[in-house]
Amino acid sequence: MYFILYLVSAIAIISTVMVITRLNAVHGLLYLIVSLLAVAVIFYILGAPFVAALEVIIYAGAIMVLFVFVIMMLNLGAHSAQDEHRWYKPRMFIGPGFLALILLAETIYAMRYTGGIRTNLISISPQQVGMELYGTYLLGVELSSILLLAGLVAAYHLGRRHYHAQPRERV
Amino acid sequence: MVNLPVGYGLILAGVLFALGLVGVLARRNVVFILMSIEIMLNAAGVAFIVAGSHWRQPDGQVMFFYILTMAAAEVSVGLALVLQMHSRFKTLDADAASRMRG
Amino acid sequence: MIYHLLWLVPTIPLAGFLLLVLFGSSLSRRGAAFIGVGSVGVAAILALMLDINYLVAPPPEGIYTQSLWTWIRVENFTPDISFRLDALSVVMIFVVTFVGFFIHLYSAGYMFHDKGYSRFFAYMNLFVGSMLILVLAANLLVLYLGWEGVGLCSYLLIGFWYHDPANGRAAMKAFIITRIGDVGLLIGLLLLFTHFGTLQIQAILTQAPLRWAMGAGIASAAAALLLAGAVGKSAQLPLQTWLPDAMAGPTPVSALIHAATMVTAGVYLIARMHAIFSLAPAVMTLVAIIGAATLLLAACSALVQTDIKRVLAYSTMSQIGYMFLALGVGAWSAAIFHFMTHAFFKSLLFLAAGVVIHNLKEEHNMFKMGGLRKSVPLAYWTFLIGSLSLTAFPLITAGFYSKDLILYAAFTSARGSIWLWLAGWIGAVLTGLYIFRAVFLTFFGVEQRKPEQHAGATMRVPLVVLATFAVIAGFIELPRTLGNHPWFTTFVERLLPGSPIVNSSSSSYVGLQIASVIASLGGILLAYLLFARKRSVVRQVEQTPVGAAVARFWLQDWGFDWLYDHLFVRPYIWLAHLNHGDIFDAIYAGIAWLSLVLNGLFSTLQTGRLRWYAAGVLIGAVIVIAIAVFV
Repeated sequence: MYFILYLVSAIAIISTVMVITRLNAVHGLLYLIVSLLAVAVIFYILGAPFVAALEVIIYAGAIMVLFVFVIMMLNLGAHSAQDEHRWYKPRMFIGPGFLALILLAETIYAMRYTGGIRTNLISISPQQVGMELYGTYLLGVELSSILLLAGLVAAYHLGRRHYHAQPRERV
Repeated sequence: MVNLPVGYGLILAGVLFALGLVGVLARRNVVFILMSIEIMLNAAGVAFIVAGSHWRQPDGQVMFFYILTMAAAEVSVGLALVLQMHSRFKTLDADAASRMRG
Repeated sequence: MIYHLLWLVPTIPLAGFLLLVLFGSSLSRRGAAFIGVGSVGVAAILALMLDINYLVAPPPEGIYTQSLWTWIRVENFTPDISFRLDALSVVMIFVVTFVGFFIHLYSAGYMFHDKGYSRFFAYMNLFVGSMLILVLAANLLVLYLGWEGVGLCSYLLIGFWYHDPANGRAAMKAFIITRIGDVGLLIGLLLLFTHFGTLQIQAILTQAPLRWAMGAGIASAAAALLLAGAVGKSAQLPLQTWLPDAMAGPTPVSALIHAATMVTAGVYLIARMHAIFSLAPAVMTLVAIIGAATLLLAACSALVQTDIKRVLAYSTMSQIGYMFLALGVGAWSAAIFHFMTHAFFKSLLFLAAGVVIHNLKEEHNMFKMGGLRKSVPLAYWTFLIGSLSLTAFPLITAGFYSKDLILYAAFTSARGSIWLWLAGWIGAVLTGLYIFRAVFLTFFGVEQRKPEQHAGATMRVPLVVLATFAVIAGFIELPRTLGNHPWFTTFVERLLPGSPIVNSSSSSYVGLQIASVIASLGGILLAYLLFARKRSVVRQVEQTPVGAAVARFWLQDWGFDWLYDHLFVRPYIWLAHLNHGDIFDAIYAGIAWLSLVLNGLFSTLQTGRLRWYAAGVLIGAVIVIAIAVFV
C-alpha cells in the first residue's frame, strides 16, 4: 500500500509539473486530468472513497471537460501557437519559483509540530459523509446551491455574444 | 487505510499548491492561469482529506465537497470571462487587460 | 469727583477712531470731520477740566492713579491698565489735546479734497488716543502700548498717500529706525522688571534710589536702554535720519506728530523715569552730549535745505536737542517748559507753511516762492510770529523764556558745562539764521508764483489761536530778572526735582540773558544781511569748491544716510541675496519633490497586469506567514 501511495504521489507531482510547462493548452489539460486521477487514488488509499469518486466524476469529468469545450469554442487559429511561443519563456519561472519555494519552506517549517501524528486506519463511508453533510452542514449545502445558481446566471450572461448589437461603451 | 504520517500528506498538498502558484505567476495564457488555480484548489482539498483521515471524521470530505462546488462555479464564470476577453481583445494574453495601469 | 473721568481722555479719541474705521466710508465729509475733530475736542475739554481741577484741588501727594482692570495675570506679573495724573502728565495732556484739537480743525480744511478723508481722521484719532495713553500711563507696559501705537500711526500717516512708493519707503524708514530704539526700550523694560518685580512707574521711581547706588552699572544699563528708545522716537543722534524723510506725509501730520507730540515722547520718557537717570550720571552726560550734538548738526542741515518742510523738520530735531540738553543737565522742568512752547510755535510754523503749500498747490521748494507777504498775509504774520518764538526773540515770545531757561541751566547746573552752554548759544544763532532765511526766501523778494487757492476758516482759526499761545505761553515762567515768578517750574518741581545749581550769581544771570538776546538778534540780523538782500555773498560761498562740498554735506544730513546705507543696508541685502534660493523654502519644496518621486515610484507598481498583482499577494502572504511562523 505504501508503495502505491508514494508512486501515485509522484505521478501527481510530475504531471502537475507537466501541466504548467506545456505550450499547448489541451496538452496541459490532459496532464491535469492525469494529476486529478492520481489524487483520486490518493484519496481512496487514505480512506475516503466517496470523494475519490467525486474527484473523478466532477473535477476530472465535468470541470476539465468544460475547459476543453471552451478552448475549442475559442477557435484559436495557428497564430495562437506562435503567441504561446512568445509568451512562454523559461526565465519567467525564476521569480515565481523562488517565491513559491520560500512559501513551501515556511509551510513545511510550520508543520514541525506534526511529527508524530499519523493518519488512521479506517475508511469513511459515503453514508457517513451524507449524514454529516445533510445534518450538521445543511446550511452550507443550501449556500452552495445558491452559489451554483449565481455561477450559472453569471456564466450565461457573461458568455453571450452580441450579434447585430453595437459594441457597448468602451470598458 | 494506511498509517501515514500526516506531515507527508500535508507536504504533498503544499507541493501541489506551490506548483499551482508558480503556474499562476509564470504563464501568460489565461487558460493556463485558470488551470493553475484549479491545481491550487485541488491541493487544498488534499490537505483537508488528510486531516479528516487523521481525525476519523467525515468533516474533511465535507469541506472537499464544498471546495468542489466552489471550483465548479468559479470555473464556469471564469471561462465565460475568458470568452468575453477573447472576443474583445482578440487574444488570450493576460497582460493585455491592463487598462488599470497607474 | 472729576478725576474719575480721567480714563475718558484717551478713550474718546479711540472711540472716534473706531467709529471712523467702521463707518467712515459711509459718512459724509462733514460727518467724518465732525467725529474726528469732535472727539479730540471733547478730550481737550475734559483735559482742561482735569487740569484746572488739578491746579485748584490737587490730589494727595500730587498723584492720582486710576486703575481700570488687570491686563495680564501671570504668576507674579500682573500689570493693569492704569492711568496717572500728576504735574507732568497734566502738562502733557493739555498740550497734546489742545494742540491736537487745533491741528485736527486745520486738517478738516486742509485735507478736504483728499479721497482718504475719513481714513485720515481715523488715523489721527488713533494717534491722539495712543499718545494720551502714553503720557497718562501709570505703568511701563501701558506706556509701551502707547509708544507702539504712536509708532504705528506715524507709519500709517507718513505713508498716507500710499500710491506713491516713495512715501511708503519714507514710512518704512521711520518705522524701522524707531523700531531699533524700541528694541532698546523693551530690553530696558525687561531689565527694570527683573530688578523691581513690577512695572508700576511710581514703585520703580521710589525704589530705585533705595536699591541701586549712584553710578551703579545696572542703573547705567537701564538708563542707557531707555535712552535708546528715546533717541529713536525723538530723532536724535544716531537715529535721526528718519525725520526729514517723514515730511512726505501731509502737513498736519508733520505738525502734530513730528513736531508737537510724538517726537517729544522720548523727552517725556526721560523726564518720567528721571529717578533712574539721576542714578546714572554717565548716561545723563551722554544725553546732554547727544542733545548738543544733534542741535548743532540739525541747525547746520537746516541752513541749506530747499524744501520748507524739511527746514522745519531739522528745526524740530534741533529743538528736541535742546530739550535733551536740558534733561542731560538735570533741568527737567526746563525741558518740559521748552516742550510746551515748542509744541505751540512749531506746530504754528508747520500749519502756516501748510497754508503756503496749499495755496501754491503743493509747492514745497522755497526757491520757487517769494514775495508772499502781500498775497498770503495771515500765513506771513503767523509764520513770522512762530519764527520769532523759535528764535527766542526777547521778551514777547514764549520761546525766549523757555530757551533762556535751558541755556541758563546748561551753564549753571552741577552737570552742565560751559561747552554745553556754548553749543546751545551757537545753536541759537544758527536757529535765527536758518529760520529767517526761510522767512526771507518765502515771504520777501520777488513773487514767482501767485497763490491759486485760498485757505478757509477752519485753517485760519487754528493759526490765530496757536500764534496767540506762541506769544503768551511764556509768561507763566518769569525769570528772576523779569519779575521772578517761576510758576511753571514750581509746579513741575513738585514731581521732578530740579538739579543743584553750582555757579550762579545774579550778575552771571544777567550776563547769560544778554548773551541769549545777542544770539537771537544776531541770528536774525545775519539772516537779513545774507538772504534778504541780493544773496550775492551766499552765492559766492556756494560756488567755491569748499562751500559747495560743505553745502552738499549739510544737505544730506551730514552723510548719515550714506553711512547707514553702506554700514547696514548693503551688507544685509548682500546676505539676503546669499539666501536667494531660500533654504527654508527648499525644505518645503523638497517635501513636495519627495512625494512626487514616491508617487512616480508607486505608480510603476501599478502595472494593471493580473499576474503582477497576484505576485504581490504572494509576497505579502509569504511575509505574513513568516512573521506568524518565526516570530
